[in-house]
Amino acid sequence: MSNQNGTILSVTNLKTYFQTEDGVVKAVDGITFELKKGETLGIVGESGSGKSVTNLSIMRLIPEPPGKIVDGDIIFDGIDVRKLSIDEIRKIRGKRIAMIFQDPMTSLNPFLKISTQLMEVTQLHLKHSKEQAYQHAIKMLEIVGIPDAESRVNSYPHEFSGGMRQRVMIAMALSCEPELLIADEPTTALDVTIQAQILELIKDLKTKLGTSVILITHDLGVVAGMTEKIIVMYAGKVFEIAPTAELFATPANPYTKGLLKSVPDPAHEQGTELYQIPGLPPDVAHLPPGCPFSPRCEKAQDICVREYPPFVQINENHFSLCHFAKEVYAESLKEREVN
Amino acid sequence: MTENNGNNLISLQNLQVHYNLGGGGFIDKITGGSPVRRVVKAVDGVSFDIKKGETLGLVGESGCGKSTLGKAILRLTEPTGGQVFYNGKDLANLSQTAMREERKNLQMIFQDPYASLNPRMTIGNIIGEPIRTFNLAKGESVDNKVQDLMETVGLNRRFVKRYPHEFSGGQRQRIGIARALAVDPEFIVADEPISALDVSIQAQIMNLMEKLQTEKDLTYLFISHDLRAVRHLSDRVAVMYLGKIVELGQGKEVYSDPLMPYTKALISAVPVPDPTIEAKRTRIILTGDVPSPINPPSGCHFNTRCPYAIAECKKIEPQLVEIKSKHYAACIRISADYPSIEENEKSGLKVVGN
Repeated sequence: MSNQNGTILSVTNLKTYFQTEDGVVKAVDGITFELKKGETLGIVGESGSGKSVTNLSIMRLIPEPPGKIVDGDIIFDGIDVRKLSIDEIRKIRGKRIAMIFQDPMTSLNPFLKISTQLMEVTQLHLKHSKEQAYQHAIKMLEIVGIPDAESRVNSYPHEFSGGMRQRVMIAMALSCEPELLIADEPTTALDVTIQAQILELIKDLKTKLGTSVILITHDLGVVAGMTEKIIVMYAGKVFEIAPTAELFATPANPYTKGLLKSVPDPAHEQGTELYQIPGLPPDVAHLPPGCPFSPRCEKAQDICVREYPPFVQINENHFSLCHFAKEVYAESLKEREVN
Repeated sequence: MTENNGNNLISLQNLQVHYNLGGGGFIDKITGGSPVRRVVKAVDGVSFDIKKGETLGLVGESGCGKSTLGKAILRLTEPTGGQVFYNGKDLANLSQTAMREERKNLQMIFQDPYASLNPRMTIGNIIGEPIRTFNLAKGESVDNKVQDLMETVGLNRRFVKRYPHEFSGGQRQRIGIARALAVDPEFIVADEPISALDVSIQAQIMNLMEKLQTEKDLTYLFISHDLRAVRHLSDRVAVMYLGKIVELGQGKEVYSDPLMPYTKALISAVPVPDPTIEAKRTRIILTGDVPSPINPPSGCHFNTRCPYAIAECKKIEPQLVEIKSKHYAACIRISADYPSIEENEKSGLKVVGN
């Protein structure tokens, strides 16, 4: 199945641009990462940072025009995804790479029974007969923890609550036992107690089925407990990539540091001021020539405004896009020792 | 709960908001409608005080009635029972004209910064409208006041002629805050003011709200489902479940030592941005969803999802009682003498309170 080094997905220098009236928006601008089999990768970023576009590009779901993958390689299990025809990519989509979307309210067809929607996937990809597909649908609903699956399978989406619909989405995504699951903000629309249920479910299924997962979120808390590796995105670029524990302990990028510090910590005394990143998220259509974060960065020097920063390697698995990456890393190390 | 110590700015007494969904009538019987009268008890007998200068956090899952409660205090939704005392006056039973006057002192910040600003009005007009409505200033002094307010909330004075679409979400939320401050209110209901914003902007708005509170001696009711934000901003925290307050206490205590099983689950469900803590902690995973508020479970509304529920929980409706000093919880399985539900469970103690 996978090639010798166990890499299921490798993305190299991916660039996805959108033509707009306002000029070219470089939604994703040169992203490189690798995902090993069975690994969970977290992609963190604010709205407009390009995290969703990265994943839509992998699935080849970018609306064209206005969007276009202009450069880069997407290699999924040895297959060059960019070179596939529409028919060929359809055979992979939903079967080998599946996706869970943010909004469980709008990603199911309200006119069709859950059974019809679940059966469609396996009839198409696994060539199941109607009866096989029906039984498989019930089995999947049981796996994702929907009580009384045998009768619920004939319900319509509106008869389910938000958390239940997200379970149905997960059941659908996992129907063909995909090798890669992309979860785009799977719990953002849900309440905390339901979020805990869904995250636990994804974790559980991952161990059972050995699926590789890409988890996209804006919530640093969610990725902390779920992932092995994290990518922090800003303005369409990878700002930092590191193993989860290391990213939280010793970030090497001022943006990551700022993000981590601006999350309220339950242990902190009430009344103490929260760290805030000044300014506004960037307008991706009009980025400054230097580092896109420089207008908001505390550490910014002349060089940051003038020159685009290098992608500095801190250690084997830790990279940061910053002129002062090494200094920031050393600072984080020192702060770590003090605490 | 209700203590009379003169410090209270707002005091709720058994506040109710019930929505009648119909049913149970003759027409319903012949047309196949609901055979019984259906009522949504969005807010069902809530009593608490908000002290002057404090921030009371109100948390709960969607559909628990927290927004309805916030609106009912300001009469943006009509309460169907109970009282809201403010300065000795019962807001819930004031006439519309008298209530309108009171709105000078009571304001609201809304969740959706995109929907709560009129797209056809300039920022100057949006912020100036309450000033003009209440005749707080005239002519040029309105504009000056508007621009001062813009500066207070961190917007450039030059933006006064711009329209809402020219601003980002965080800036719009600042406009909403400026509008609420325009009448110099004493009390502000902030209904999920940061949920629609990006992480880096959330911190900015929270800091702004804290700064304004100190400067203008404001009192907040901060409604949110984001437990981390509530912990950060609130002095005291109230937890709501299906129309009722189930726990109330100092923020620090409610978070470090939650008493009621629902609060325990809620707090344990919050993901912590620290992988070492995440790896160690065990999470209480609740089964099932929040039940429908149309027919909430009998007795304690939480009994269908509670791991500690006993037969009595289906029968007795628990009252909010003081379990520890100034820390109230509504659960019949704990009492002041036996505050830990885990230990009571272990020793087989039922403690049927109330």
